[in-house]
Amino acid sequence: MYQYDEYDQQMVDDRVAHYREQTQRYLAGDLEEARFRPLRLKNGLYIQRLAPMLRVAIPYGSLSSAQLRMLAHIARHYDKGYGHFSTRQNIQYNWPLLEETPDLLADLAKVQMHAIQTSGNCIRNITADQFSGATPDELLDARPWCELIRQWSSFHPEFDWLPRKFKIAVNGSKLDRAATMVHDIGLDVRLDDAGEVVFDVKVGGGLGRTPVIASVIREGLEAKHLLTYLAAIMRVYNRYGRRDNKYKARIKILVRAMTAEGFRDRVEAEWAHLKDGPETLTGEEIERVHARFVTPEFESLENDPTALTDALANDAAFARWHAHNVHPHQRAGYASVTLSLKRTGVAPGDATDVQMDAVADWADAYGHGEIRVTHEQNLILPHIRQRDLYVLWQEAVKQRLATPNAGTLNDLICCPGGDFCSLANAKSIPIAEAIQARFDDLDRLYDLGPIYLNISGCMNACGHHHVGHIGILGVDKKGEEFYQISLGGDATNDAVIAQILGPSFKRDEVPDVIEQIIDLYVEHRNDGESFIECVRRIGIDPFKERIYAPSDQG
Amino acid sequence: MPRLIKGEAIIEDGWTWIEDKAATLADLPAGPVLVPLTLWQSERDGLLDRDGDLGIWLDSDEEAETIADDLGHFAVIGLHFPAYADGRNLSNAVLLRSRFGYAGEIRALGDVARDQLSYMRRCGFDAFQIPADRDPEQEIAGLKVMRDYYQGDVLEPQPLFRRIARPA
Repeated sequence: MYQYDEYDQQMVDDRVAHYREQTQRYLAGDLEEARFRPLRLKNGLYIQRLAPMLRVAIPYGSLSSAQLRMLAHIARHYDKGYGHFSTRQNIQYNWPLLEETPDLLADLAKVQMHAIQTSGNCIRNITADQFSGATPDELLDARPWCELIRQWSSFHPEFDWLPRKFKIAVNGSKLDRAATMVHDIGLDVRLDDAGEVVFDVKVGGGLGRTPVIASVIREGLEAKHLLTYLAAIMRVYNRYGRRDNKYKARIKILVRAMTAEGFRDRVEAEWAHLKDGPETLTGEEIERVHARFVTPEFESLENDPTALTDALANDAAFARWHAHNVHPHQRAGYASVTLSLKRTGVAPGDATDVQMDAVADWADAYGHGEIRVTHEQNLILPHIRQRDLYVLWQEAVKQRLATPNAGTLNDLICCPGGDFCSLANAKSIPIAEAIQARFDDLDRLYDLGPIYLNISGCMNACGHHHVGHIGILGVDKKGEEFYQISLGGDATNDAVIAQILGPSFKRDEVPDVIEQIIDLYVEHRNDGESFIECVRRIGIDPFKERIYAPSDQG
Repeated sequence: MPRLIKGEAIIEDGWTWIEDKAATLADLPAGPVLVPLTLWQSERDGLLDRDGDLGIWLDSDEEAETIADDLGHFAVIGLHFPAYADGRNLSNAVLLRSRFGYAGEIRALGDVARDQLSYMRRCGFDAFQIPADRDPEQEIAGLKVMRDYYQGDVLEPQPLFRRIARPA
């Protein structure tokens, strides 16, 4: 965990005081709604369908137990006893009172948290691999670099009124779990041949109305140049990004209009002025930020202790959970655990205050006090001693957080949709529930292997439907909710935008269509071939024929 | 006379902002004027021969580079915000100060209000023309809202990590 120093704390405290003053002016009628709106948005406060919604930043998805307890307290005290973990590793509260938000933010500041730049046309929360600092396939820990970018981008005077929102993700592992190819800027951090930290810089990825895979514009950028290079990109975007049409205002549209080469040339020309300037990172600063990530005091342990192997042999339910929800760790004797927030009947990503408190307790008891939030909307305990897994599982079962479905079809990503969000064209939560209910047989789910099913309630694509192996998009047809289905998307290293199958379906048809897709996969798959591999091999035409042919002939 | 936030004070302003981009030399009143870029480009000599101080203003889709070689002629450069959410002229201000070394007044024009002032100031603006329907005495409170910032800016080019030995 990054530990704030007095300057970090001062920054957050000052912003709370400033936000309180802005809110008071608004409530007193001295600040008109049109002007207050972008200010509250830059502090994460939306006015939604039913009530305000507050989005709290969880930088790179990393939480301490004390922070999670505060999130539970906020759910209890200011909300209706739950929170919603989002696809950008943040948490959203659906029922706070506008008048109380300054107090809520002051509570957050007590545990080194904030809602700064969680919405609005500015640089948003920096996201990263949920297994950073824990996963065996890690090249470098992305989090210190995320934190350096977080500090640089907070209250940046030049880049606070961009054409549109701006999302940066950093990946430091072999498998890209941070979806860097579909971010405004995606960064891969690695060591070069000389052993120096370098970044590969990708720009112009994104989802929304116009899904685009990012273009690499620079490889092997020296670490010290990270911030000046980002500043060059931001300046080109701030000056030349479109502002006449909000649907064409993201950087991906600019990169496409200029071409990736043309955009890179503009950035390089700008960077020539900024390179080696004051924002160039010093070795001391890089070291300082790394040092403030307190590494857990790992014990010297062996893999597969008897406490684990005995339990695996004797408890089939535990073994099932272990096979799906436990991820290997860099350190012998440790593991990372996925606590599924995808129990059928609960909105994906929702957790109650009681559950959050329980997870915080487990993090303290078994996991060095750390918790992560994933962009798949689950919680992770990154550093669990293997010998404690069985005890942890038993407690997680009691809190209904041990659904053994991580990585399966039922571990679906789903935006809040029309039940909460004022942008949505259609509901998404009932679709998620209907699919989970249809595929309620665990053996069948496991047989199907890893499948990412992503649901968005509108074109804004918060549910990442474009990069789901199966994507579902809610659309509005003359006031009725319909759902468009796509196949073959992928958010990892070789990211692919899913292809649309064809005309959309009514809500109650969706589970049948998903079942048809799954059945066809099972018929066609080769030995050990995953769903996405199969779709890539056979293409989407066989799926189209299966789903649409009968009605075409009829 | 309209009032202007200049530096950290409110002053009476003697400049006339020529908002009309189609204005001609003949349209200019006596005294100091802020002329549109188009007029400068078409009537450069006439403007230089004119009595009275000369300033220029750029709209948000115009670029600081266009006037980079002419900065010595302008006592004031106005940068226009057609909407408060249009941040392009923040970049122009930074470029005028930090790349082209402009030391005269940079004035924010248009939809300028309290909650943008601190950001504008950090980008190099030192004058703020508050629209007539707002009270500069109220708006001036927005000049400074936080004690410090992480990144460098025009006022303080050194980022926090170069100014202060932060504890490891």
